[in-house]
Amino acid sequence: MKKDKIDEPTGVETTGHSWDGIEELNNPLPRWWLWTLYGCIVWGVGYSIAYPAWPMLSGATTGLLGYSTRAEVAEQIVEHEQKNQGLVAQLIAADLSELPATSDLHRYGIARGGSVFRAQCSQCHGSGAAGSKGYPNLLDDNWLWGGSIDEISTTVAHGIRNETDEDAHFSQMPAFKDILENDDITAVVEYVISLSNTEFNSDLARQGETVYADNCASCHGDDAKGDREQGAPNLADAIWLYGGDRETLTTTVKQARYGVMPAWGQRLSDEDVRAVSLYVHALGGGE
Amino acid sequence: MTTPSLYAPREPIFPKRVSGFYRNLKWWIMLFTLGIYYLTPWMRWDRGPNLPDQAVLIDLAQRRFYFLWIEIWPHEFYFVAGLLIMAGLGLFLFTSALGRVWCGYTCPQTVWTDLFILVERWIEGDRNARIRLHRGKWDVRKWRLRFTKWFVWLLIALATGGAWVFYFTDAPQLLHDLVNFTAHPVAYGTIAVLTLTTFVFGGFMREQVCIYMCPWPRIQAAMMDSDTITVAYREWRGEPRGKQRIEGTGDCIDCMACVNVCPVGIDIRDGQQMECITCALCIDACDDIMAKIGKPRGLIDYLALSDEPAERAGAKPKAVWKHILRPRTILYTAMWSAIGIGLLYALFIRSDIDLTVSPVRNPTYIVQSDGAIRNVYDVRLRNKSGDNRKFHMSLTSKALLRIDLQEEVRTLDIVVPADTTVLHRVYVSARSTDPAASIDATDLRIWVEDRNTGARASRATTFNGKVTQ
Repeated sequence: MKKDKIDEPTGVETTGHSWDGIEELNNPLPRWWLWTLYGCIVWGVGYSIAYPAWPMLSGATTGLLGYSTRAEVAEQIVEHEQKNQGLVAQLIAADLSELPATSDLHRYGIARGGSVFRAQCSQCHGSGAAGSKGYPNLLDDNWLWGGSIDEISTTVAHGIRNETDEDAHFSQMPAFKDILENDDITAVVEYVISLSNTEFNSDLARQGETVYADNCASCHGDDAKGDREQGAPNLADAIWLYGGDRETLTTTVKQARYGVMPAWGQRLSDEDVRAVSLYVHALGGGE
Repeated sequence: MTTPSLYAPREPIFPKRVSGFYRNLKWWIMLFTLGIYYLTPWMRWDRGPNLPDQAVLIDLAQRRFYFLWIEIWPHEFYFVAGLLIMAGLGLFLFTSALGRVWCGYTCPQTVWTDLFILVERWIEGDRNARIRLHRGKWDVRKWRLRFTKWFVWLLIALATGGAWVFYFTDAPQLLHDLVNFTAHPVAYGTIAVLTLTTFVFGGFMREQVCIYMCPWPRIQAAMMDSDTITVAYREWRGEPRGKQRIEGTGDCIDCMACVNVCPVGIDIRDGQQMECITCALCIDACDDIMAKIGKPRGLIDYLALSDEPAERAGAKPKAVWKHILRPRTILYTAMWSAIGIGLLYALFIRSDIDLTVSPVRNPTYIVQSDGAIRNVYDVRLRNKSGDNRKFHMSLTSKALLRIDLQEEVRTLDIVVPADTTVLHRVYVSARSTDPAASIDATDLRIWVEDRNTGARASRATTFNGKVTQ
């Protein structure tokens, strides 16, 4: 091969390319590097044949090895569930009220219940289980239908006032706007307020006490502490599901309330119902 | 015109044996660095019954890093980041002061290549014998020598790849598993990859790794200046080259000793080059020749390029420390030390009891039936020791607050098993009559006390009441 022009200062051969007198030097790439490049190309082609690669109209080519990340995740989920099978069986068999809080099964139940809660319950009860107007706060020590683990479990499984489960908790407060005079309603609201507040109109409250005894005590109790058999709220405590101010209470008495909860036993597996009951029970108010 | 050749095969290099001060220094450094690398995983360190007893262990599965008495958990990774920054600044410092000493003496690529060349020389002979063998036909002798060499290289490579995995799990157990073929496939895979790279990089690619694959030779130009002490040829003393008998020649007799020993195949007399790893072997080779022809040593030497005018004029060069002590190196040293002192400080103020308290803000408070207000806190307690620890929790505040654990336990005692973090939900309550129940924020402090040692730790937090308008 004829030696081409040599660049004076560097002593390096030029490629012969020249732009405005600037010449390109030829510092050749090592040959192994070229082969590495070819190797990478071959690898790339092989990879795109073996693995999903080319986008098509519906999805992508599947690749000869049939690998998919979705299948891998599904496999991992199956594997994970198989590992937990023993715990799931124990969870279904265990007497939840006797389960020690420090046991592994309890911890598993809480973790599983937490994820069920976030997926299924948080829409109404809130991600922190603090509830909102009409949706009970599950963190406090007040329960409409009972706060023991078994009572919570029953409520979760069958729900409240739904039309799909015959065993759902059921009760209905009458709408008193057609039963009582407006004055009586104002008076009974004042009486209810007097049960948990220090500021109230005592004359009106005394008047309301009679209205209460005649109309409300049968469900809410003579002492106004409610009745869990009927889901009748405690009216003497500091907790209000819809609000404890005069206006809201007047609306409640006049129109009544009808809170509905689905029967989760129809939608969730037995172990999930039990797990979420454990979780709710452990939130702080469990009895 | 002909098309220029754009791709060039590697020019084989046959470094000649050399002896002298720098060669000896390099042998010692090689022994030292390889010793550290191969032996460290076998050092033991007693940390109690529940923790590994390997002195240096990177436990990826459990996310723990053990270094002698120091134990680093993932949340303390800034220690590792800090050490990496120090390593970087240290490299800058050494490069600006002494050129590419890292490349020439301690870079694994240099050390293992040196070792592989040593093996090559033992088996195939010195430079001339190797050149003859390289050019010779592939007869039985050549095959035998080549196979012997490759086999020894492979053994070294295997030991190198093998030593690496010992840093990541208990070394004696892993060695036992490895030889019984019961170790995890990842261990075999890692060993295979590192064996292959060591074999190829140390045996065949050598200077190609430094010249084409490593970014450092390109960056180092920015780290060096004319005060940097580096390997250079005293051209003013050596030129013009030629036989000693001829009148007017310099000290260089053009014997090519410096070129023959060079592991990257360059001629140092051409000046500073990107390929030069400043291994200083040419200094040893040239000093040897200078001694033989009765000339002073140091025709090729460590020197600062800024001394050239002075030396040309026959004056004495500046003292070495004057070259090394300059704003740039002082700045690097200051930064390096600052980070080092910062890390040491962080290491020593690490609390013996690792406690965090985070209020649960969803919701900020809970109203109980009797009007009491409850706040919830997540308390994390970390036990890094090898023994279980028992803590007692308590609370201090100006307000009358009550503290309970979520679990139905009567005492406020918490056991934290060895090498774990436990999370406890803690309830703090104020009665409805207490002012804390109706004001926005009340300061409080959650304490834990080690039942055995009496050591205490606390975290401040706030209690939120229900504010009524």
